Amino acid sequence: MELDGPGGGTDGAFIELDRVEKVFDVRKKTGFLKRERRRVRAVDAISFSVARGEMVGYIGPNGAGKSTTIKMLTGILTPSGGRLRVAGIDPSRERTRLAQRIGVVFGQRTTLWWDLPLIDSYRLMHRMYRIPDARYRANLDRCVELLELADLLDVPVRQLSLGQRMRGDIAAALLHDPDVLYLDEPTIGLDVISKARVREFLRDLNAERGTTVLLTTHDLQDIEQLCSRVMVIDHGRLMYDGPLAGLHEAGESERTLVVDLERELPPIEVPGTRVVRVEGPRQWLAFPAAESAAPLVARIADRYPLVDLSVREPDIEAVIAKMYAASAAGAERAVS
Amino acid sequence: MAEITGAGPHGRRTDEETEAAVAPAPVPAPAPALASRSRPADGLRAYRLIAGMWLRSTMAYRASFIMTTFGNFAATALDFVAILLMFSRVDALGGYTLPEIAFLYGLTSISFGLADLAIGSMDRLGRRVRDGTLDTLLVRPAPVLAQVAADRFALRRLGRVVQGVLVLVYALGSFDVHWTAPKVLLMPLMMLGGAAIFCAVFVAGAAFQFVAQDASEVQNAFTYGGTTLLQYPPTVFARELVRGVTFVLPLAFVNWLPASYVLGRPYPLALPWWTAFASPLVGVGCCALAGLAWRVGLRSYRSTGS
Repeated sequence: MELDGPGGGTDGAFIELDRVEKVFDVRKKTGFLKRERRRVRAVDAISFSVARGEMVGYIGPNGAGKSTTIKMLTGILTPSGGRLRVAGIDPSRERTRLAQRIGVVFGQRTTLWWDLPLIDSYRLMHRMYRIPDARYRANLDRCVELLELADLLDVPVRQLSLGQRMRGDIAAALLHDPDVLYLDEPTIGLDVISKARVREFLRDLNAERGTTVLLTTHDLQDIEQLCSRVMVIDHGRLMYDGPLAGLHEAGESERTLVVDLERELPPIEVPGTRVVRVEGPRQWLAFPAAESAAPLVARIADRYPLVDLSVREPDIEAVIAKMYAASAAGAERAVS
Repeated sequence: MAEITGAGPHGRRTDEETEAAVAPAPVPAPAPALASRSRPADGLRAYRLIAGMWLRSTMAYRASFIMTTFGNFAATALDFVAILLMFSRVDALGGYTLPEIAFLYGLTSISFGLADLAIGSMDRLGRRVRDGTLDTLLVRPAPVLAQVAADRFALRRLGRVVQGVLVLVYALGSFDVHWTAPKVLLMPLMMLGGAAIFCAVFVAGAAFQFVAQDASEVQNAFTYGGTTLLQYPPTVFARELVRGVTFVLPLAFVNWLPASYVLGRPYPLALPWWTAFASPLVGVGCCALAGLAWRVGLRSYRSTGS
């Protein structure tokens, strides 16, 4: 169920990829001086387009090609083939011109100057991006207020916690009013409160400024709370492009209720669920991800000696694995 | 199985792509103030901004700055003490007297010190490639070379230059040279030419680190090793080595050749007299080649990602 994009020309398309690919030569040491060369298709003929003001989630397992795609979109990497445009600019050819139009946040590493106070980085951005004074002041004030940075401005970046640093990085990426914001794993390693704050900020940014946002993530909740559209990539190929609900359908994904009972019992029977695992007094019940857990919980509490209970979201790897199986089955059905 | 060609929607397209039309009307992009600027000007500007920021941050801790600068000065000064000790036993080294050696020493210290002050941070490039922080420089609207060169700009490196100047002043006060106009002119020319040659070595070394990320030691061999080599007269080294640092890596143009002219000594390898004045040209040539190597390195990074 691979989608071939419209090949360009959708009106309002702000980011356009047409059969973009990236091939790496990976060299592996196999002996003292011997090396083995292997070609790896990190991104394999991906096509999609994103309209101005869209907020899109880009997900997939580790090594699927997410970061490689982002690096091509920002001009860090040169594609091996295909056509790529962001705001009408070819990123790898006009990297510095594009830089004025985009903001980038890498979850794992900071774009801030590590040893200097946060405000120094912002002042430097001000000059380097040639941001008009009034606009810089307004944008900085807004970010400082919404991301609660006031007490952090004079703190050296290396002394910030991960969540604080992430907020600092997001502000740095927005001072020059970029048209598009790329976020590579923006909530990785953050605590619940920091995650919520970052998500709320991004939602407002998109709603008020119409900033186009493309984010990669491991966390399906990021997508649930932020993105109307999600793209799934695996092994360098686009597996799915559409709303999140459709992804759950396509992947037939299931959530899991982890139920702690007072004592060991035979597998409990609740309509709409099935027991997938039993371990002493703890049982795991799978149910379709699209359904609400509330009535199930009520029913279990009603009929069984319930001690504790939690809900596990489906992980992306499982959803994708099921999607593979489903599309393979679908292809067979089409053939017969 | 008949297939109708050319009619009807067939294959390859899905219908869910029409959402895009609902997006808000495109806002015209804010045109950057000056659309086309030259890259060198951009680079210099970025260098000035970043170095300025580091400078201001160092100056916030003035006492610490003075201490580290003095430390830098003292560490390099010990170098020269070693030479002084040597001359407490001998009267000449390779036919050169102490003031003449001090002359060579001062010149290379100044040239190398200036290069180290300006772009000494380049040897961190390998680490940036390894830990991925180079990517963060590539998304900024400024040339990467300028950003890497200006990173962690440290004025304390001026310590080496100051020490070189002091040694040079001592040398000039201790020997008799018949000063002519060309000799006087040659002094600033060789210092700047020498600094340019060392800058080229720094940039080329950094470019090599795109390919071999642990090569900063190799670079140190040519920069720190090079300046140590040049502290001694060419007459004490094997002919092949002198040939290498003249024609392959032209460090001889930093001080050996111009100093031979000023001191009225025979040229190494019996080179013609005008080679003493070639330092600036050699410096410019080296920088051009190093710039090219940098471009190749950066391009290979951007196509391989590591």
